[in-house]
Amino acid sequence: MPKQVKAIVIAGNGTNCEREVAFACKLAGADVSDIVHVAELLAGRVKLDDYHFLNLAGGFLDGDDLGSAKAGANRLLHAKIAGSDETIADQIRRFVAAGKLVMGVCNGFQLMVKMGLLPALTGESKQSCSLTFNDGGRFEDRWAWLKVDPESPCVFTRGLDAVYLPVRHGEGKFVTDNKGTLMQLEQQNLAVVKYADADLNPTMVYPDNPNGSEASIAGICDPTGRLFGLMPHPEAYIHRTHHPRWTREDMPEEGMGLWMYQNAVRFIREELLK
Amino acid sequence: MAWRIVVGLKDGVKDARGERVRREIKEHLGYDLERVQTLDVYTVDAELSDSEVEQAAAGPFSDPVIQEAAINRPLASGFDILVEVGFRPGVTDNTGRTAKEAIQYITGRRFSADEGVYTSTQYLLTGLKDKEVAEKIAKDFLANGLIQRWTILSADELDPKTGVPVTVPKVVSDSTPTVNSIDLNVSDEQLLDISRKGMLALSLEEMQKIQQHIADPQVVAIREKVGLGAELTDVEIEALAQTWSEHCKHKIFSAKIEYEDENGNKETIDSLFKTYIVGATRDIREAMGDDDFCLSVFKDNAGVIEFTDDWSIVFKVETHNSPSALDPYGGALTGIVGVNRDGVGTGMGARLIFNTDVFCFASPFLEKELPPRLLHPRRIFEGVVEGVEHGGNKSGIPTVNGSIVFDERFAGKPLVYCGTASIMPRMLNGKPCHEKKVQVGDHIVMCGGRIGKDGIHGATFSSEELHEGSPVTAVQIGDPITQRKMFDFLIIARDRGLYSSFTDNGAGGLSSSIGEMAEDTGGFEMHLDRAPLKYSGLQPWEILISEAQERMSLAVPPENLDAFIQLAKDMDVEATDLGNFTDSGYFHCLYEGKTVSYLSMEFLHEGVPQMVIPAKWQLRNLSEPELAAPQDLNVELQKLLGRLNICSKESVVRRYDHEVQAGTVIKPLVGVANDGPSDAAVFRPMLDSFAGVVVSHGICPNYSDIDTYHMMACAIDEGLRNYVAVGGNIDHVAGLDNFCWCDPVKSEKTPDGEYKAAQLVRANKALYDYCVAFGVPLISGKDSMKNDYQIGDTKISIPPTVLFSVIGKMADARKAVSMDVKRPDDLVYLLGDTHNELGGSEYYEEKGALGANVPKVDAASALLRYRTLNKAQDEGLIASCHDLSDGGLAVALAEKAFAGGYGIKVSLNRVAADAGMREDQILFSESQSRLLVTVHPENQAAFEALFKGQSCQHLGKVTIQPELLVSGEKDKILISTPIDLLKEAWQAPLREM
Repeated sequence: MPKQVKAIVIAGNGTNCEREVAFACKLAGADVSDIVHVAELLAGRVKLDDYHFLNLAGGFLDGDDLGSAKAGANRLLHAKIAGSDETIADQIRRFVAAGKLVMGVCNGFQLMVKMGLLPALTGESKQSCSLTFNDGGRFEDRWAWLKVDPESPCVFTRGLDAVYLPVRHGEGKFVTDNKGTLMQLEQQNLAVVKYADADLNPTMVYPDNPNGSEASIAGICDPTGRLFGLMPHPEAYIHRTHHPRWTREDMPEEGMGLWMYQNAVRFIREELLK
Repeated sequence: MAWRIVVGLKDGVKDARGERVRREIKEHLGYDLERVQTLDVYTVDAELSDSEVEQAAAGPFSDPVIQEAAINRPLASGFDILVEVGFRPGVTDNTGRTAKEAIQYITGRRFSADEGVYTSTQYLLTGLKDKEVAEKIAKDFLANGLIQRWTILSADELDPKTGVPVTVPKVVSDSTPTVNSIDLNVSDEQLLDISRKGMLALSLEEMQKIQQHIADPQVVAIREKVGLGAELTDVEIEALAQTWSEHCKHKIFSAKIEYEDENGNKETIDSLFKTYIVGATRDIREAMGDDDFCLSVFKDNAGVIEFTDDWSIVFKVETHNSPSALDPYGGALTGIVGVNRDGVGTGMGARLIFNTDVFCFASPFLEKELPPRLLHPRRIFEGVVEGVEHGGNKSGIPTVNGSIVFDERFAGKPLVYCGTASIMPRMLNGKPCHEKKVQVGDHIVMCGGRIGKDGIHGATFSSEELHEGSPVTAVQIGDPITQRKMFDFLIIARDRGLYSSFTDNGAGGLSSSIGEMAEDTGGFEMHLDRAPLKYSGLQPWEILISEAQERMSLAVPPENLDAFIQLAKDMDVEATDLGNFTDSGYFHCLYEGKTVSYLSMEFLHEGVPQMVIPAKWQLRNLSEPELAAPQDLNVELQKLLGRLNICSKESVVRRYDHEVQAGTVIKPLVGVANDGPSDAAVFRPMLDSFAGVVVSHGICPNYSDIDTYHMMACAIDEGLRNYVAVGGNIDHVAGLDNFCWCDPVKSEKTPDGEYKAAQLVRANKALYDYCVAFGVPLISGKDSMKNDYQIGDTKISIPPTVLFSVIGKMADARKAVSMDVKRPDDLVYLLGDTHNELGGSEYYEEKGALGANVPKVDAASALLRYRTLNKAQDEGLIASCHDLSDGGLAVALAEKAFAGGYGIKVSLNRVAADAGMREDQILFSESQSRLLVTVHPENQAAFEALFKGQSCQHLGKVTIQPELLVSGEKDKILISTPIDLLKEAWQAPLREM
């Protein structure tokens, strides 16, 4: 019997999109797609080691009260798993070292960046980028075109050229600590997806670039391409009825966001579990 | 000791929040500052080491990439005046709570009860020297004095070493819990005095009823056995006041009304609620017979109807008007998270799927001087929108439907309607999930947040009672995250069958929730001293009636108690066993083992005397205005499109996450550029099914000034036609009524009470008549009856307003229809006749007139039309469909065209209009039950065959030329405007809000 592809979505403390992310994993072909409350991980009843694909879903961890995902990152870094000296962050590092996949969407992306999981240019978990208040100073829900970097090592965007997805955030402006970091992201093709105009050219112009992100960056990966985070929501476009104009345009049943999950499942099945 | 950690942005990082504040100060108050910077301040009052504080400052409190932090020294520089705004003691500080938890994770130690983190914000104003102006900015924009305090320092007053002096807004109370008894053996005048001074809001008749009860020797004898005397305790009188309040008992809707119509015909109505609302639903359900889809109506926190074979829909709409008038942000936030608890707390529990919101405001651009204590409508607008934004977005619930209605009278009291839908399995562990029953012996368990003085006595307070060190009582701030954690926990507890009943703690707190749950068993015994408190010093009666948020009360069988408490602990939710449900017949509370209340359940729930209200209807002497024929209908149309009641609300809609949960099939914004106005929302709650929940609403207070009967009828029709426009099944739809009225009880303060009460009667009569005619059962509702402002001689009463919310289903959401035109050459049809009905219309209001010809609803023809439309939608014959409402045909044509990105060419001659109507009347009449549809040419024959014999007019077609072209008699061009211009007129007014 072939090995099973197992996805996990962490829920709790203000995570909101766990159900649709788990469904997207399932639809993309994952054999197991579990929603696990963070309390279960902290109690030690569930271990990340038993999965291949870790999903950090959108939401408002702890209300984003200290800045988006800041308190959430603090919990994963410091809270000890019951009966051990290990943190969830330790488990994630082991997960990553085992060649597995992590995708963070929106609040999950913010969490990865603020834990230092992304972009991890030097391989160590030190925060070098951030996501902060949109230039407009407000939360916004709107759809955006993303241009995919075809040269990117990102596992999730293989074969993709452009995707159309909703953004739903107040703190989505991507910034780096210095020009060097930005340069490395660009040179190593880690700036996987960029906000683009109708002609699919990266743009700094609102509303095509909804938040004023540096270099129009909407999502990044680490140098291995197995860790990926983005502000737009791929799990929110997995069927044509999710598209804002499905009543007026002919479009395929499958939504563009599903492609990213399919890529993840394919990678696990064909490369990780081979 | 207390530490102050100040966090600011590094040089060169854009302060988007500060920039927004600068812009809004200019827009709200007219002060054009050079620059506003913002800093976050955490006042940490706890035993910590230097290195622990440094770690917190560098870690969770600041972001190393964009921010810097300073401990016990200022960060502020390069400004003229500093304003620091923090909370008053006792006000919910969500960020402070999260900050505290973050430090606990770092140190691995829990804070003691006395320790805490308090947050404040520094605004650094540049380009302002006058501290008095800064004071005004603080008072009128940056802060709300009811819940916040502020410090203002000029640059030279800021100590460069220590910064702003440390303030720890801890609640300090040295009061010891005591129970007082109240002597009711006093004069009528003194009885009223007791009610007034205690903010009990009980009438003389009600006070006398209580006086008689306690004077009964048999009652006293029983009381003596439990250690009480012949006087009621403060706990008891407060419990009675809560249970008998208008808010909980709906005394006006339950009253006996002596009604006289315009012809002098008299009738006595024994409860509007029972006669018209319950009555309508009863009659409709009987008529539906086996097709009755209602599962639970009126008896629970929300109504429940069938959805699919496996799932039911739960729906509830609440208002939160008075709190929103005082603190727009906190009021609206509490409103939405509060109604969410109703949605969850129905039956054995449901999962929230979406929110709806409808607001009624005065114009945000109002330039009049406002009477004292009223906040400017712009501030209310901004605060309410932000409150609902945070409440919905943070809870992960999409806000899918809503509207904003403007009328100057809403300056007196804004209306904030918050709705929520949820789904539950039809069956849970072998029993219907919409039913629940407390068993004798079940434990009373409270879970969620802790109890403070929040919301004691609702909104009947005055600011004079607030002072430094005393907690704010009436204004509450919701905490969506604590609530979300509790809901995550409850749904697991539900599926494991750990409780037998539950409900939310809303108005009246434990007094109401436990009092109502105990009706199942006929009594309870609750230990108030076991309740977890936010801070010490609460009196037993305060614990009982506190409306502190984010709490639910449960009945947990003894055998499940340990498992329940353990699960709560695992999921970081506080749950406390407070006592037991009994069949003693008594409302029995104890404090430290001593009985503090022993009220008969029967007296508590059935004792309130019925009010008698006079009502007299008079026809107002109204007439139609004589308006000159307009010179240019292009101009008239653009003016209408720019009216606040018609214009785009996109800037608000985008601030709500309307897509989380991935179920929103028809979104609030549709069309070629994702910015056209949807009629209703379609939501797919199960990701693996295409069954759709359809939700919409109708609201038309404009017509109340002519006749509330037709206002009500039009609101029902508007809700239903929005619902069918997108494809909602007209034979599987339920309604919810939310009445917001001005005080209808005749008194010195309300000399026109008889007329207002008659308006209420007429609206109820229409509610019955039209719900029955359409076959739409009412499943839940609410009333808010005192929406007046009165200080001194100034009285502002809102126009009588009913929000009629509609919820139902469509079997296959893939058949949903949006309002935007789809293709050039599609045919444009108008369904329904157009009458000379411009009374109360937007067009007349633009001209400064009210008129007399209020729109009337012909339910029989409308119902046939809606059913036929459903059939056409099912057969895929409808390319687009949009309802006609404010602004009539012309506005609907414009919206359809620019939303779709194509032009429309129509001939007004083809409209089925009353004889003699002028062109502007045909264009702008607001006749009800009309819909504008487009049909692909290949479907013309099938479509026309379906509507044969009905009012269905082929007006013209969709054109590639992006222009609205309307011709009249002899093909004279009446309107020819590019759609971009129309769209600009429609989008401009509220774009920057």
